[in-house]
Amino acid sequence: MKNEYIPFPSQVKEIIRHTDIEYTFRMSFSGDVKPGQFFEVSIPKFGEAPISVSGIGEDTVDLTIRKVGRVTNQIFEHYEGNSLLMRGPYGNGFDIAQFQGKEVVVIAGGTGLSPVKGIVDHFSKHPEDAVRTTLIAGFKSPQDVLFKEDFKDWEKTLNVIKTVDTAPEGYDGLTGMVTKYIPDLPLSDIPNTVFITVGPPVMIQFTIQEILKRKVPEENIWISHERKMCCGLGKCGHCKMDSTYICLDGPVFNYAKGKNLID
Amino acid sequence: MGYQISRETANQIFAQLKEHYDIFAPKVFAGEGCFSDTDVIRYGKINALDEIEWERRSEYSFKEALLAVNETLFYFTEEETTVVSCSEKRLLIFLRSCDLHALKRLDAIYLENGPEDFYYRRLREKASFVLMGCSTTCENGFCVSMGTNRCDSYALYLKISEESVWADCKSQDLLPYFEKAQTCEVQPEYVTENAEKVTLPKNLSVDSFSNPIWEEYGSRCIGCGRCNFVCPTCTCFTMQDILYRDNENVGERRRVWASCQVDGYDEIAGGIEFRKTQGERLRFKVMHKIYDFEKRFGYPMCVGCGRCDSVCPEYISYTSLINRLAKEEA
Ligand SMILES: Cc1cc2nc3c(=O)[nH]c(=O)nc-3n(C[C@H](O)[C@H](O)[C@H](O)COP(=O)(O)OP(=O)(O)OC[C@H]3O[C@@H](n4cnc5c(N)ncnc54)[C@H](O)[C@@H]3O)c2cc1C
Ligand code: SF4
Ligand code: SF4
Ligand code: FES
Repeated sequence: MKNEYIPFPSQVKEIIRHTDIEYTFRMSFSGDVKPGQFFEVSIPKFGEAPISVSGIGEDTVDLTIRKVGRVTNQIFEHYEGNSLLMRGPYGNGFDIAQFQGKEVVVIAGGTGLSPVKGIVDHFSKHPEDAVRTTLIAGFKSPQDVLFKEDFKDWEKTLNVIKTVDTAPEGYDGLTGMVTKYIPDLPLSDIPNTVFITVGPPVMIQFTIQEILKRKVPEENIWISHERKMCCGLGKCGHCKMDSTYICLDGPVFNYAKGKNLID
Repeated sequence: MGYQISRETANQIFAQLKEHYDIFAPKVFAGEGCFSDTDVIRYGKINALDEIEWERRSEYSFKEALLAVNETLFYFTEEETTVVSCSEKRLLIFLRSCDLHALKRLDAIYLENGPEDFYYRRLREKASFVLMGCSTTCENGFCVSMGTNRCDSYALYLKISEESVWADCKSQDLLPYFEKAQTCEVQPEYVTENAEKVTLPKNLSVDSFSNPIWEEYGSRCIGCGRCNFVCPTCTCFTMQDILYRDNENVGERRRVWASCQVDGYDEIAGGIEFRKTQGERLRFKVMHKIYDFEKRFGYPMCVGCGRCDSVCPEYISYTSLINRLAKEEA
């Protein structure tokens, strides 16, 4: 019988530094994986942390990690040429086929861009798969912007709104919360438009309020919930909301169901 | 098949069983209670029938025989991980009817909810259960209300008096031990009435979350988590890595019992906590026991053992909370 708790070693192939505390680790991995799924990443003797897949390559997956504590500090200190332990992927993830042929709007806050980055990458490489794709990405300040190189590619093929909450004087980019840009989005066919939004819980809440004001049906909105997760296997209980286990039934939910989940 | 045997024969059978089984039963741990000079009744490996506490309900349930408080999953050395081995012996676990019903809840989480749990499965496969009958109700128990006062899915039922032992053996594996015993009709004893009677609320929904009852009861809660640790159906754990002091290259990964009433249970990066007050945490626990588990698996999680009420240092009564909810959310 398979022991799901035993991690496998995965080689760090490459590191992309976005900010002082946010790096993408390109890890060796071959197997089925979808955007929005996550791995339990660990360093022996320090512990495990759930981390979303932020990119999918031929025989790699990207993990974009924010350095916030015990495990993630250790990952930042002992990465180069090393391997990390991983188990997964877990969770349902996004089903890109469901968005094909639609107008797609992705709204992400901070590291919330990681779980949806696979979707953005897909429609950037295959713009013809969607009527149009818009990415609204918000960061705290210009220093906090992630995936700077990828933005250059995305800006060529997608409608990109990159905004920061606050910026020093003289900053020539957009400022303000992501919610500021929702009322004026040009949407040609609302019933055929899907919204995908990921970020901190408060951001999701206000973003959805704005989306609903545009008369978008709830069924056209997709969210991903971040909850405490210790197993990813429906056992540890920490991620449960009502009768739903976020690690098994989520983290991706259609808003029509997701809105009924209360902590 | 039913049998009556002498206490002496029973002791001989027990000695034979011990060769093939690790036997777990409730026993008294003198001086190890929560308060000074008090005893605690909890599960432990036993070497003789006489060690079993037959009268009083155990403060902690049988679950620790299958799910240790602190369970090492594997060891790390620099190069590899080594799964903890487990004893070759089979397991025999003594328990009461409510707890045998709780086993079904543990199975639901560890075997049916997502992939099967390797560690639970390997013990569960080896385990057989010995039912201890109940002649009188225990303190705070409400098994009759929950329909858990009777059960027949035991391998062996035992009833003990000074001189004699009555057994009902359902397991093919155990039958040979009773080969020479005198047969007779044996029916498990069970209670038909508890002092505590509980009516489950019928119309619970997420709307019940706004009932002020949660804050009212929760305001007394100190978040100690004891109600979770004694509950035979609570299954949550947290992962923990340990590094050995004397050799930093070696360590282990464990899982440790967790409580949804204790700080940090739902805290994620950024210090975000989804349930900050004890009222919200109490609501989360109670709704799981009598509402949302049932939505997922088809039957309530709580088996009415009454342990949580007996152990609470703040005298928070889960049963009176439920009875009030039943009236208010009717
Ligand atoms: C589905 C999912 C996807 C995630 N994706 C990413 C990602 O792509 N990139 C990223 O940087 N982070 C992601 N996170 C958050 C990441 O898991 C936490 O930052 C990480 O667990 C912190 O571990 P630590 O040991 O470094 O911090 P600790 O020292 O343990 O604690 C720092 C903070 O992290 C919280 N935390 C600890 N363990 C967990 C846990 N098991 N689940 C959630 N929070 C926890 C603590 O409560 C504390 O607030 C994701 C979380 C989830 C649930
Ligand atoms: S919730 Fe209380 S009464 Fe119900 S099974 Fe758990 S400990 Fe027993
Ligand atoms: S035992 Fe009582 S005080 Fe302790 S967490 Fe449970 S309800 Fe709160
Ligand atoms: S992460 Fe453990 S149950 Fe979902």
